[in-house]
Amino acid sequence: MRNAITSRRGIVTLAVFAVIASMPVLGPALGQPFYVDVFTRVMIWGIAAVSLNLILGYGGMISFGHAAYLGLAGYTIGIMSDAGIDNGFLQWPVALAVCGLAALVIGAICLRTRGLYFIMITLAFGQMIFFLGVSSDRYGSNDGLPIYSRSEFKLGGAELDLGNGTLFYYVTFVLLLASIYAVYRIVNSRFGMVIRGSKSNEARMNAIGVSTYRYKLTAFVIAGVMCGVAGVLMANFERFVSPDTMDWPQSGEMIFMVVLGGIGSLFGPVLGAAVFLLLSEFLSNIMESKNIIFGPFLILVVLFARGGVNGLLGSRAERRG
Amino acid sequence: MTFALVVEQTLNGVQLGILLFLLAAGLTLVFGIMDFVNLAHGSFYMVGAFFAATFAQWTGNFVAGVALALPATLAVGIVVELVAVRTLYARDHLDHVLATFGLVLFFNELVRLVWGPEGRSIRLPVVLDGSVDLPLGITYSIYRLVIIGAGLMVALGLYILVNRTRIGMLIRAGASNRTMVGALGINIKFLFTIIFGLGAALAGFAGMLVTPVTQAEIGMGEQILIVALVVIVIGGIGSIRGAFIAAIITGLIDTMGRSFLDVLLLTVMSSNAAEAAGPALSSMMIYILMAAVLFFRPQGLFPPRGV
Repeated sequence: MRNAITSRRGIVTLAVFAVIASMPVLGPALGQPFYVDVFTRVMIWGIAAVSLNLILGYGGMISFGHAAYLGLAGYTIGIMSDAGIDNGFLQWPVALAVCGLAALVIGAICLRTRGLYFIMITLAFGQMIFFLGVSSDRYGSNDGLPIYSRSEFKLGGAELDLGNGTLFYYVTFVLLLASIYAVYRIVNSRFGMVIRGSKSNEARMNAIGVSTYRYKLTAFVIAGVMCGVAGVLMANFERFVSPDTMDWPQSGEMIFMVVLGGIGSLFGPVLGAAVFLLLSEFLSNIMESKNIIFGPFLILVVLFARGGVNGLLGSRAERRG
Repeated sequence: MTFALVVEQTLNGVQLGILLFLLAAGLTLVFGIMDFVNLAHGSFYMVGAFFAATFAQWTGNFVAGVALALPATLAVGIVVELVAVRTLYARDHLDHVLATFGLVLFFNELVRLVWGPEGRSIRLPVVLDGSVDLPLGITYSIYRLVIIGAGLMVALGLYILVNRTRIGMLIRAGASNRTMVGALGINIKFLFTIIFGLGAALAGFAGMLVTPVTQAEIGMGEQILIVALVVIVIGGIGSIRGAFIAAIITGLIDTMGRSFLDVLLLTVMSSNAAEAAGPALSSMMIYILMAAVLFFRPQGLFPPRGV
C-alpha cells in the first residue's frame, strides 16, 4: 500500500472525491447547479452501496433486499414527521434503530440458509417490507408519503439547517467519508478478518472454533444500520418516501453499483454509484428508453469486467492475477 | 362468509396455484439441472402474454393465438439461452442474479418499444366467456376452470415427460450429476438449451392463460416471479413435485388470506385494527410462510432426492 496514493487507482479515486467535494462550487461555476442534486444522490447511493459492500463484498452475503432499509428509514422519518416530531435528534436514532432491529430479525432467519436460498429469502423479506408499505393506506400506500419538513437539529441557540442545499451536501459528504472509514476499520479489525474468512471458507472458520453465524449477523446488522443512514438522508433530500424506494429493482441496482465499482474494494461502491447514476442520467437525457442500453450494459459488465471500475484501474499484473 | 364464497375462493386459490406452478416448474428445472438462477423468468411470462394478445388479434381466435404464441415464446427462450445465459453457467450465483436482472430491464424496455406502454387485453371466445353452475348452487367462471384444467394437464404432461421418457431420464440424470451425463456422451449443452426453452414456454403459457382475466402489461412478470421464487424455495429447489405442492399451498394461502383474513381478525380485535392489519398481513403471509419453512426446514418441504 506504499504507493497507494500515487497509483493510477489512487489518483482517480482522489480525483473523483475532489470533484465530489467541490461540486457545490463547481456545479454553479459550470452553469450546471443541477449537478449538485445529482451528486447528492450519488453520495447517498454511495453510502448505501458501501454498506451493502460490507456484507456482499467482504462477507460474501448476497443480500437482494438491501433497499428495504432505505425504505424503513425513510418511512420512519416520514411517519414521525407526520406525527409532528421533526426533531432530528429523535428521528435519526429511531430510524436507525428500526433498521438495526429489522436487520437483526431478517439476518437471524436468512443467515441460517446459504447460497441461492439466502439470495431468495432476502429478496422475499425485501418484498414483504415493500408490501407493508403498499398496504399502509394511512401513509399513502402506493402513492407514497410526502415529508413536509426536514429533520430539525437545534441545540441551544445553534441550528443545523438541512434545508440549506450546500450544508446538506456537506453533511452527506461527511457521512459518506465516515461510512467508508467505518468499513475500513471494520474490515481490518479482528472482527473483519472473521467476516472475510467466512467468505473464503466458512467450514474452515467453523473448524478453527469460530462461530461465524454471530459475526455474520453482526455485520448484517451494521450494514442495515449504515444503509439506514442513506435512507434517512434520502428521505430528507427527496422529501418523499414511497414503496418504490424499497422495491426489488432498487436492491438489484444497489448490487449492480457494488459490482460495477469493484466488489470488495473500499472506494469501489462509491465509484460504482457515481458511474451508475451519471450514466443513467446521461442516457435518460438522450433517449426515452434507457434500459434498452442499460440492461445489456449490466450483462456485459458481469461477463467482461468482474473487477468493476476499481479493477480496471488496477495494475496489469493485478488484473492478470 | 358463505359456503359458496369459500368454495369460489378455494377455486381461485387453486387457479393462482396452477399459474404459479407453471412458472415455478421452469425455474426449478433450470435451477435443478443447471444450477442457474433466472430472474428473467418472469419476462417470458410477460412476453408470452403479449405474443398471445397480438396473435389472438391477428387470427381473431384466442386458442389459435395461444397455439402460435407458444412456439414463439419457446424461440425467445432458446435465443436468450444461446446468446446470454449459456456463458453464465460457469459463473457464480451473484453473476446469474445480476445478468438476469439486466435481462429483466432489457425485456421490459423491449416490450415497451414493440407494443407501446399500454396494456393489451384479449377477448375470450363466447364458449369460454361466462359462468357455469356447479353443484350446491355455486356458479363459477368457465374460463377459470379452463385455466385449472389446462394447468393440471401440463403438470401431468410434465410428470410423464420427466419420469417416463428418454429426455426426462436425461433431465433427471443431469440434475444429479451433470458431468457424468456429459461424460457418457450426451450433448449436455443441447439438453440445457431445450430445458431452458421449455421452461420459458411454460412461463409464457402461464402469461397467456392469465391475459384474458387481467391483461398483458409491462412489468407483469416481476411480482409473480418473486412469488414463484417463494414457491420453489418452499417446495425445495430442484423438485417439480415440491414445486407443484408448494404452488397450490401458496396460491390457496394468498387468496384465502386476502379474502378472509380481515374477517378472521375481526373475531380477535376491533374493526379498525382489523381493517388496518388485514391487508398488510395478508400480502405478507406467503413471505411469512416461506420464512417459517426455511427456519424449520432450510432445504424446503420436498427437497429433490439424492441431491
